[in-house]
Amino acid sequence: MKPQHKSLFQKELVGEALRQSFVKLNPRTLFRNPVMFTVWIGTLIMFFVCLWILAGEKGQGSFGYNLIVFLVLLLTLLFANFAEAIAEARGKAQADSLRKTREETPARLATGKTVSSAELRKGDMFICEAGDIIPADGEIVEGLATIDESAITGESAPVIREAGGDKSSVTGGTKVLSDKIKVQVTTQPGESFLDKMIALVEGASRQKTPNEIALTILLAGFTLVFVIVCTTLKPFGDFANITITIASFIALFVCLIPTTIGGLLSAIGIAGMDRALRANVITKSGKAVETAGDIDVLLLDKTGTITIGNRRATHFYPAAGIEEKRFVRASVLSSMADETPEGKSIIELAKTDPLSYAAPEPRFVKFTAETRCSGIDFGDTRIRKGATDAIRNIVTRAGNVFPAGIEEQVKQISGNGGTPLVVSENEQAIGVIELQDIIKPGIQERFQRLRKMGIKTVMVTGDNPLTAKYIAEKAGVDDFIAEAKPEDKMNYIRREQSEGRLVAMMGDGTNDAPALAQADVGVAMNSGTQAAKEAGNMVDLDNDPTKLIEVVEIGKQLLMTRGTLTTFSIANDVAKYFAIIPALFITAVPALQGLNIMALHSPQSAILSAVIFNAVIIPLLIPLALKGVAYKPIGASALLRRNLFLYGLGGIIVPFIGIKLIDMIVSLFL
Amino acid sequence: MNTEILGILAMFLITLLLALPLGKYIARIYDGQRTFLDPVLGPVERLFFRISGIDPNEGWSWQKNLVALLVINGVWFLLGMFILMNMNWLPLNPDHNPSQGAHLAFNTTISFLVNCNLQHYSGESGISYLGQLYLMFLQFTTAATGMAGAALLFRALRKGTHKTYGNFFSDYLKTCTRILLPLCLVMGVMLLFCGTPMTMEGKQQMTGLQGDTLQVSTGPVAAFVPIKHLGTNGGGFFGANSAHPLENPGYGSNMIEMVAQMLIPFAMIFAFGIFIRRRRMAWVIFGVMTLGFLALAVPNTYMEAKGNPAIAHMGIGNQLGNMEGKEVRLGAAAAGYWSIATTVISTGSINSMHDSHMPLSGMNELLAMMINCFYGGCGVGILNYFIFIILAVFISGLMVGRTPEFLGKKIEAREMKIAMIIALLHPLLILAGTALAAAFPQYTTGTLNNPGFHGFSEMLYEYTSSAANNGSGFEGLGDNTPWWNITTGFVLILGRFLPIIGPVAIAGILGSKKYIPESAGTLQTDTPTFGFMTLAVIAIVAALAFFPALTLGPIAEFFSSK
Repeated sequence: MKPQHKSLFQKELVGEALRQSFVKLNPRTLFRNPVMFTVWIGTLIMFFVCLWILAGEKGQGSFGYNLIVFLVLLLTLLFANFAEAIAEARGKAQADSLRKTREETPARLATGKTVSSAELRKGDMFICEAGDIIPADGEIVEGLATIDESAITGESAPVIREAGGDKSSVTGGTKVLSDKIKVQVTTQPGESFLDKMIALVEGASRQKTPNEIALTILLAGFTLVFVIVCTTLKPFGDFANITITIASFIALFVCLIPTTIGGLLSAIGIAGMDRALRANVITKSGKAVETAGDIDVLLLDKTGTITIGNRRATHFYPAAGIEEKRFVRASVLSSMADETPEGKSIIELAKTDPLSYAAPEPRFVKFTAETRCSGIDFGDTRIRKGATDAIRNIVTRAGNVFPAGIEEQVKQISGNGGTPLVVSENEQAIGVIELQDIIKPGIQERFQRLRKMGIKTVMVTGDNPLTAKYIAEKAGVDDFIAEAKPEDKMNYIRREQSEGRLVAMMGDGTNDAPALAQADVGVAMNSGTQAAKEAGNMVDLDNDPTKLIEVVEIGKQLLMTRGTLTTFSIANDVAKYFAIIPALFITAVPALQGLNIMALHSPQSAILSAVIFNAVIIPLLIPLALKGVAYKPIGASALLRRNLFLYGLGGIIVPFIGIKLIDMIVSLFL
Repeated sequence: MNTEILGILAMFLITLLLALPLGKYIARIYDGQRTFLDPVLGPVERLFFRISGIDPNEGWSWQKNLVALLVINGVWFLLGMFILMNMNWLPLNPDHNPSQGAHLAFNTTISFLVNCNLQHYSGESGISYLGQLYLMFLQFTTAATGMAGAALLFRALRKGTHKTYGNFFSDYLKTCTRILLPLCLVMGVMLLFCGTPMTMEGKQQMTGLQGDTLQVSTGPVAAFVPIKHLGTNGGGFFGANSAHPLENPGYGSNMIEMVAQMLIPFAMIFAFGIFIRRRRMAWVIFGVMTLGFLALAVPNTYMEAKGNPAIAHMGIGNQLGNMEGKEVRLGAAAAGYWSIATTVISTGSINSMHDSHMPLSGMNELLAMMINCFYGGCGVGILNYFIFIILAVFISGLMVGRTPEFLGKKIEAREMKIAMIIALLHPLLILAGTALAAAFPQYTTGTLNNPGFHGFSEMLYEYTSSAANNGSGFEGLGDNTPWWNITTGFVLILGRFLPIIGPVAIAGILGSKKYIPESAGTLQTDTPTFGFMTLAVIAIVAALAFFPALTLGPIAEFFSSK
């Protein structure tokens, strides 16, 4: 389920979309889109004009010509409907393939009864063991299990989910690989995020976003201008003794109103959500995608986003007078029973098998929050490894001196963003292990890109300010929150918002929930708790913290596609005017031939070419609408220049060429 | 020929040089800072406020300010109707001119109230000195209305979130006392030296070149003409307006009047930049407007100076240019330049007969008024331009991948709705008005000076001039009929007050919104790129809507005469 590069128009989707194109001709559906609704009215008028001519009317031109105009207008509507339908179909197909993973599976209830997954209700408890497919979304209330989530995320490595923590969520359709868990169902059937998303794509619950509403007002305004222009043309024509046929009026009107953007607008919106889904992000509303494009501040967790998972040991620094070998041995022995990734990395760094050291009857000392150190006792050797002050306590309490050299080393490591671990043997400090955060390769470039987009990145970490500062500088983030508690995130978001900025964040834990809800875009990881998922407005199925960056770009693409196609659509009017206006008046005022700068064949061919161009441009632009205009972080003014050049100037020139070409073809038949 | 072009260049540069310090001065006044006229005018203003019981320092919401603006104009309207309909028995009527009928008085009052000055009467015979003086008073208040409206916009667009937007009456009065009055005094004196009369004694008798006796109308012309231009009003003391030798005696007075009509519109742009502390933006706006202005003015100057090919065809040389309807003492080039200056700005005073210009010159004059925001009238020019900024910001904001914002404020559905209504209003008034006139030829064709395309242009021009509150005319039209007086009267009111209410409302709504700080992703609105975008929006929205109408008027005339 990783982003796939499927063809835009798959056969089965096209079939469904074609059917929908006709279904959507229903005026009640079209009424939501003022631009296309007026085209619908125009088409209806042309239909009656055709009937009128059949009934004997002579003044409106030939039946064939009027019929073609009618058909082209109908085609315009169908093309616009098709654009929307294909976008819906693609979104639905994507969602369906996710939903397929959760087909009917038997669910073993905690009471012992086995029911079908469809019968599970919110609050039900079920039990899953190794080899079972999890029947529904839920939260583990008891136990721990390794789970294969590849059906959802495409990631083959199994993940651990356990009760109580921030990783307690399981998703329907994923498979339990080991152990046994008791799960509580968290959603009613048909109300999961995926179901909501599908409903959103299908249009049943799709609401226009604020920006879509504003744009629709603009487009409705442009439509109204041309209602005025075309209606007043009638008395103007009468005054100048020029008769204009109904077909010409309708053609002029339909060509001038922004049908291109009007026809593609909803497709663009759906495609935005669909692109998010392809990136494995489920959005709860179209607005969230749009808002993502506006984000000013990104809060990113250090671990997993900026640095690779956990800290790793990078250096052994023995104290003065201590042989390196002895220090390494002590370090390795102290880490033998240490299951934390840091502990394992010490053994990896030493490149020795801990069992090769003689340590008879070892007794392991576990890490506790109180002692803040761990270690091993064997024979009369007592090795401890831990935070500097914890070991210093041990050393000084035994009456020994904590070496100044170690103190110095500790300071240096902290200053470099590392974490020092001091090792003591029999209450003597013998050296320092340096743990370092490994910054993800390529992350600096991504932050650079974000900065060019005008987005401030903020690293959130539990580290001390010194370490945090070092990593922040190294990774190239703009700001950091050190020693962060959940409420710090919340306060930071509030502060930025009070200054008018829009903030996005990603989170998974229950204590992230308030901040996720407060953020303008809150992306919850799918592995996170139900509370976090409820609070955010997007869910990332991949649990990939860098996903926020993609989400922002998807949002920007969405807005840009709207803007550029609007510009293109309006710029098209220049050429269309030069095609239709001479055609309207040339018979009565031959001198106006001078305005026919495209040298179109005849008034009829000119009008037909213009409406045909107007219709054909919609399907031609569907791929652009679905894929979105490429975003380039080159600064707003440069971006505007670029798009203005491509879509503004292009929008003026393309129809001149297109209409002329169509006219050359049409004139062959006239 | 070259001297004429130099003259035009000089007029433009002098205006610009004067507008820069004036802009600074205007910004200081609306900002409530001290100016050098405080000791003289402060007490006068305080007297006004004491009598009216208004506290000039009390900040009002934009809604309350707009209500004040409308109410005071309503009062002036009623007073104007009364004076114009009762001039015959009121004082100051040495020439015993008659009172105006109801529909003419309606049209006249409205058109002076709204900075249009359509003038369906002739000053010599249609109005008393009292009437003239009241109209002169209106020329002050209407300019002040527009400028005080713009001051509301200035305040709303200042950085930060606002609740109050100053006090309309304070701005209104100060505009009159501190900006318009001093400037008019200086200009009046200059015109006196040029030979413009200033008297209350009525018609003067003189002997013509052929020895016959003439009755020459005079009056307080030197007092009337300054505000006519400085306030971008354009209502002439005499019927022939600034083509009349007593209203515009020579090239020098022509220059003064030319500079005067463009001065405040220029200065308001710079005042805007200084007031909101974005001088760069002011220069970009000025650049766009100038580009638009030149695109219209250069062809007109050229076409009028080049002469009429139809006359050349007859074997008659027209080295002086297209001289039909022009004054020899001013020349064809200066007339061509004036024709665009007076139409981009809502002055509408004329120094030649626009009806006699070349077809495409006529089209450019129409376009200037259809666009109505290249410099534009006192205050309202920048309000009109603001609407196009909003539209341009919306489209270009999307194009850079952000929901649109202007000066740190998000543009949302409500603002778009208002902007679109105002953008629609202008074509609606012009096209629907002309369509009505075309649909009822029984009321209109008889009044046209020409048949065919040119006749159509005359009707189109009349409604365009009304909707743009310009006031110039394709003066072939016999416009003092109930049809023209009443229809243009309504177009005038709608074309004036809605385009003030709309932009101020948008600015007010934006002003109360949360301020969003800029980032690298924010679209800069003070760059040439954005300026170009605005120009493109203006060209497409304002010009394209009129293309069919212009085709049936000047364009058809142009191609037919080739």
